[in-house]
Amino acid sequence: MIRSLLLAFTAVLLLIPAAAAENENNYQFDNEQQRTTYQQLTKELRCPKCQNQNIGDSNAPLAEDMRDRSYQMLKEGQSREKIIEFMVARYGDFVHYQPPFTTVTSILWWGPLLIVIIGIGIAVSLTRKKKAAVELTQEERQRLQQLRKSGDE
Amino acid sequence: MSKFRWLILFGPLVLFAALLIFLLKGLGSDPTELDSALINEPVPQFEASDIYDTQVVYDQSVLKDGPVLMNVWATWCPTCRAEHEFLNELASNGIPIVGLNYKDDSRQKAVNWLNTLGDPYVINLFDPKGKIAFEFGVYGAPETYFIDHKGVIRYRHVGDVNERNWSNKLQGIYQQLVEDAK
Repeated sequence: MIRSLLLAFTAVLLLIPAAAAENENNYQFDNEQQRTTYQQLTKELRCPKCQNQNIGDSNAPLAEDMRDRSYQMLKEGQSREKIIEFMVARYGDFVHYQPPFTTVTSILWWGPLLIVIIGIGIAVSLTRKKKAAVELTQEERQRLQQLRKSGDE
Repeated sequence: MSKFRWLILFGPLVLFAALLIFLLKGLGSDPTELDSALINEPVPQFEASDIYDTQVVYDQSVLKDGPVLMNVWATWCPTCRAEHEFLNELASNGIPIVGLNYKDDSRQKAVNWLNTLGDPYVINLFDPKGKIAFEFGVYGAPETYFIDHKGVIRYRHVGDVNERNWSNKLQGIYQQLVEDAK
């Protein structure tokens, strides 16, 4: 008896989060593909009001509007790219977590590479300097040989 | 070799100075203030009813006889209340402001607000669902858009308009639009 009660209780507990996620918005999707795209969009679109949350996480009314709009556009058969384009046209590049490649943002890609190249350059030049210091002149070599000879004796 | 010596001696200093300027700039800027994506774009198309009379419907052409300001406001927004007195002052100085009532609790509340605090707006647009505001990329209230005589958005101000930021910055922007219209 107790065991079956416990089992039922656990089952209910396990179902609660799933039910909550579904009821949060009464969105009905035409297919699994559409649902996946929607979930992907709510993760990669950023809420302009509460700046470090995506629109899926945020409770701001604006995030809700953006979720609604994404849902509506998906239902109209628009693609993920079109929806992102739509949001960026109104709220700017800020709204998408993946910034586009422009002259301004290119530093994000090239910056680290540049630093690595500079680092390698410094390392190479430092090791070269050390080698150069070891090289001896003609006189020094003769002197070294003399010293070695005298050492042998 | 002497060239490299100078580089090694002063390179770090220059780098430090550049970093200092970069970080100081970051300290002074407010990350919640976003640039509008619609700068230098024509005002988006919309249809909105008048806040006093829902039978009267306006479209984007009301923003094309500029220069004109468009102020986004709501009764639930305390900062809007704070700036309202100053908007009245601007209006009495002959600056045309179009009001966009953004997702307000009710139309009646908004009308009461205008009746008691004064109505600085030449036209009052009613946007209960925030659909028009969405087209403008509004992300909070208050926001004020500066629209030139061709109906192109030239600047967006986020937060309240007050005496200080008006005389420091916004008046200059508005004057420029007036100059451009001549």
